[in-house]
Amino acid sequence: MSELKETSRGLSRHSAGRHDPLWVRFTLIAATVAVIGVLVIVPVVAVFYQALAQGVGAYWRNLTSDPDTRHSVLLTLAVAPVAVVANLVFGVAAAWTIARFRFRGRTVLTVLVDLPFAVSPVVAGLSLVLIFGLQGYLGPWLRVHDVKVIFALPGLVLATTFVTLPFVARELIPVMEAIGADEELAAVSLGASGWQMFRRVTLANIRWGVLYGLILSSARATGEFGAVYVVSGHIAGRTDTMPLRVEKLFQEYNTPGSFTLASVLTSIALVTLALKVYLERKTRHELAEAVIS
Amino acid sequence: MKMILGTSAGRLVIAAFLTVSILGCDNSGTAKVHSSSTDAAKVDAAPSQVELLNVSYDPTRELWRQVNERFVAAYRKEAARDVTIRQSHGGSGSQARAVIDGLEADVATLAIWSDIDAIRKAGLIADDWQQRLPHDSLPYFSTIVFVVRKGNPHAIKDWSDLVRPDVAIITPSPKTSGNGKLSFLAAWGSVLRRGGSEVDAREFVTELYRHTPVLDTGARAATNTFAQKGIGDVHLTWENEAVLEVAESKGQLQIVYPPISIRAEPFVALVDANVDRKSTREVAEEYLKFLYTLEAQQVIAENGYRPIEPAVLAQHSDTFPELELFEIAEIATGWAEANDRFFAEGGVFDQIYDSRVE
Amino acid sequence: MTVASSEIRLKVKLFFDAPDLMTTSTINRRILPGFRLSLGYTVAWLGLLVVVPLAGCLVKAASLPFDRFWGAVWTARARAAYAFTLTSSFASAWINVVLGLIVAWVLVRYEFPGKRWLDSLVDLPFALPTAVAGLVYSQLYVENGWLGQFLVPLGIKAAYSRLAVVLVLTFIGFPFVVRTLQPVLESLDAEIEDAAFLLGATRWQTFRRVLLPALVPAMITGFALSFARAMGEYGSVVFVSGNMPFKTEIAPVLIVARLKEFAYAEATAIAVVLLAMSIGMLLLVHMLEHWSKKSHV
Repeated sequence: MSELKETSRGLSRHSAGRHDPLWVRFTLIAATVAVIGVLVIVPVVAVFYQALAQGVGAYWRNLTSDPDTRHSVLLTLAVAPVAVVANLVFGVAAAWTIARFRFRGRTVLTVLVDLPFAVSPVVAGLSLVLIFGLQGYLGPWLRVHDVKVIFALPGLVLATTFVTLPFVARELIPVMEAIGADEELAAVSLGASGWQMFRRVTLANIRWGVLYGLILSSARATGEFGAVYVVSGHIAGRTDTMPLRVEKLFQEYNTPGSFTLASVLTSIALVTLALKVYLERKTRHELAEAVIS
Repeated sequence: MKMILGTSAGRLVIAAFLTVSILGCDNSGTAKVHSSSTDAAKVDAAPSQVELLNVSYDPTRELWRQVNERFVAAYRKEAARDVTIRQSHGGSGSQARAVIDGLEADVATLAIWSDIDAIRKAGLIADDWQQRLPHDSLPYFSTIVFVVRKGNPHAIKDWSDLVRPDVAIITPSPKTSGNGKLSFLAAWGSVLRRGGSEVDAREFVTELYRHTPVLDTGARAATNTFAQKGIGDVHLTWENEAVLEVAESKGQLQIVYPPISIRAEPFVALVDANVDRKSTREVAEEYLKFLYTLEAQQVIAENGYRPIEPAVLAQHSDTFPELELFEIAEIATGWAEANDRFFAEGGVFDQIYDSRVE
Repeated sequence: MTVASSEIRLKVKLFFDAPDLMTTSTINRRILPGFRLSLGYTVAWLGLLVVVPLAGCLVKAASLPFDRFWGAVWTARARAAYAFTLTSSFASAWINVVLGLIVAWVLVRYEFPGKRWLDSLVDLPFALPTAVAGLVYSQLYVENGWLGQFLVPLGIKAAYSRLAVVLVLTFIGFPFVVRTLQPVLESLDAEIEDAAFLLGATRWQTFRRVLLPALVPAMITGFALSFARAMGEYGSVVFVSGNMPFKTEIAPVLIVARLKEFAYAEATAIAVVLLAMSIGMLLLVHMLEHWSKKSHV
C-alpha cells in the first residue's frame, strides 16, 4: 500500500516539474544551491577550517589541555540531558492530555506549551533570576537553606529546561492526533490497564516521534546561550557551558581555541541532523502506513 | 529506553535522578566535574582541598592566572594544602552586584573603591576592610591611556584631540565597568586640572560621549570591539589592558600616553560573609597577603600593572613612563562622593547620556 | 488504480490539513485512562517552570510606579531597540519567505544530484548553537574574512552593522519557511497544473493564479514563525551586531545591558514589552495555523 502511495506521489511530483522550462529550472536550482551554500555550507566549512588552521596537534591541544574548556564540555554534558529527559516526560504527558482529550482550557494549555518557544531566552533567564536570585522572591529562603540556584548548576538546568520545554510536546501532539485513539481505545476495551495500554500501544506508536523530539531538544539544550548567559555568573571552570566558553575564549584573544570548541558543537549539530533525517524518513513511512490502514 | 519509561518504576527512578541532580548538585558536586591539576600530599587535620572564588574585573584574566599559579605553589609548600582558585570576570560594577546577589566570592578584587564599598554596604564585607591589608588594601595602581591604530592616523596626543569631529571613541559603560568610570573621571579631571571649571568639564565630557558609538559592559569587551571588530579610532582603557592589546595586535595598534591622567586604584577585599560561611577565611587572607610579596609584585609589574612597592616599580621604570597622575581627591571629595555625583541613577553621566539623541 | 490512488491522496491530504477530524470526542475522557494524571502533571510542570517565572516578570514590572515604568520602557534608546528588533526580524522573515519559496520549490519539484544532501542541510540552523552561528558569521564578513574580502570593497558591510543582524537572523529563521512550504507543495495536485497547461495558460500564469494562492497560507505561517524566532534571538546577534545603541542594538541586548547594571526593574519592564510582542506573535501564528487548516477543508 505504501509503495503505491510513494509511486503516485513521485509521479505527480515529476509530472508537475516537467512543465517548467529548462532555463527556469536551471536558474532556480542554481539559486537554491547558492542560497544554501552561502547561508549554511560556507559557515560550517569555515568553522572547521578555522579550528584546524594551526594543525591537528594544536586542535587537540586546544581541546584537551585547558581545564576550563574540558570542564565546559563536561558541564554541558551534565546539564543538557537532565533538561532533555525532564522535558521528555513532560512532553509525553502534555501530548497525551492535549491530543487525546477535549476539555475547557485546552487551547490555553496548548498556547502555554508553545510559550517558551516564543519567549526570548534572555527574558527566560531574567525571570529565573527574579524568582531564584538572592534579591528575588525565593532568594532569602534559598539562602537560609543553603540552596544555590542562580550562579550555580541548578540555575543552568532550569534555564535550559525552560527553553527546551516545548520541543518534545510539539513533536508528539500532531503525531498522536494523526494516529488517532483507535488502538488505545481497543486496548482498553480489551481489558488492558492504563499503564499496559500506555506502554504497549501508545509508546510503541509514538516512539519515532519521541526520538525525533529528543534529538531536537538535545541540540537546542546543548547550544543554548541567551538564557544560560543570564543565570550563569560566568565562573570559568564552574558555570561556563560550551557556548559560553566559546564566547569567553574569543574574548580572551584565543580565536583558534574558540573555533575548536565551536567545531565540537558543530559536529554535534551535524550528527543531530543526520539522525533527524533518518528518523524523519522512518516517521513519515510509519505515519503514512498508520493513516492508510 | 522506551520500555523503562513505560514502567512506573522507571519513571520513579528518572524522577529521583532529576530531583537529586537538581538539588544535590552544589559546590562539591561540580568540584567533582572539573579536573584537579594537582596531586597532593594530604594533611589529616583540615580538608586538604580548598576552593576560593576570586571575583574580579574584566581585563585581569591573564594577571590572575599567573598570580594564582604562584600562590597555589607557594601555599602548597608552606601549608601543605591544595588550593583551587576559580575566577569570574566582568565589568566591575556588574561583578559587585553579582556578589551582592549571591555570587559566592571569597575575595573581591575590583576596579574601583565604590564597587567594593557597595558590597560592604550590602553587609557582606566588614567596615574596616581597608585597614586589614598593607597600603590600604591596594596591591597595585594603574591609569587610563589611549590606544590608536598603527601610525596614529588621527594624530591623537591629548584629551582635547578626542572630541575632534572625525574621531570615534571606544570606552566601556560607566554604569557597569570600572574602566568606564575611570575614563569618565580622567576626562573630567583633565579639564579641571588645567584650570577649567566644572561647567567646562561637563561640556567636554558631554561631547566625548557623543563620540562613542557603543558602550560595552566591560574593559575586555571594549577591547574586543576596538581591536577585533575594528570599530572606533581611539580606545580609552587601562594601561595594563593597552599593553596587552597592543602586544596581541601584531603591530596594528599603538599606545599613546596622554600627558595627564587619573590615578586608578583597584582595591582588594575579603568577603567576610562568604569566607565565614565556607570556612575559607584563613586561606583567603593568605591569598590576599600574597599579593604584596616580592614574587607577586613582580608578576604584577610584568603584566603591566604599576606595583605598589616602590622598589619593584623603580625596577620596571622603563615599562611605566612618567605620567602626571592626579588623585580622585583633586576632582571630588573621595571615591564615594564621585560615585554618587557622577554615576548614581540620575547622576551626571545619566543626564549626559540620556540627553544625547541620534 | 486511479480510484485507489485518489483515495490515498485524500487520506494524505486529510492527514496534513485537518488532523482534528481524525480524533475522537469527549467519549475519550471516560474510556481512556490517565486524563487526571497527565493533566495534573502537565499543569503542574507548566505552572512551576513557565507560568511562575513569567508571572514573576509581570509582577516585578507592575511593582514599578507608572512613571518609572514608562521612563524605563519608553526612552529613546529603548524605542530604537524595539524598532530595530521589529524591522530586522521583519526584514529577515521576508527574505526567508522569498528564499524559502525558491528552495522549497526546487527541493520538491526537481531532481538533481546532491538534492538529498541539500535538503538535510536546510535544517542545520535548527541544530547549530546560536553562539557558533554568530561567531562564524562575524568572522566570515569582516574585511579579511572569506566573504568579506569580496563584499567590503563593494561597500557591503555585513559585519557589525544592521545588515549583519538581518543576515544572521535570516540564517536562524531559514528552515521555518522551507519546512512549512514543503508539505503543501508536495500535496499540490499535479492534475490541476496539467489542466491549466492544456487550457493554454503560460507557466507564469499557472504559477500566479493556480499555485501561489494555495501556497499563501503556508507562506504566511512560515513568515510568522521566522519572525517570532528572530524577535527573541540573542546568542547569534550579540556576536555580529556590534551592539551599538540607536544603530544595531536589539531589545534582548538592551535587557542584558540593564541587567548588568543591575537595574532589575528597568530590565524587567523592557522584558515585559518584548514578552508582549512575542506572545502577540505566538497568538498570531496559532490563529494563522488554525485559519490555514480551515481554508483547506
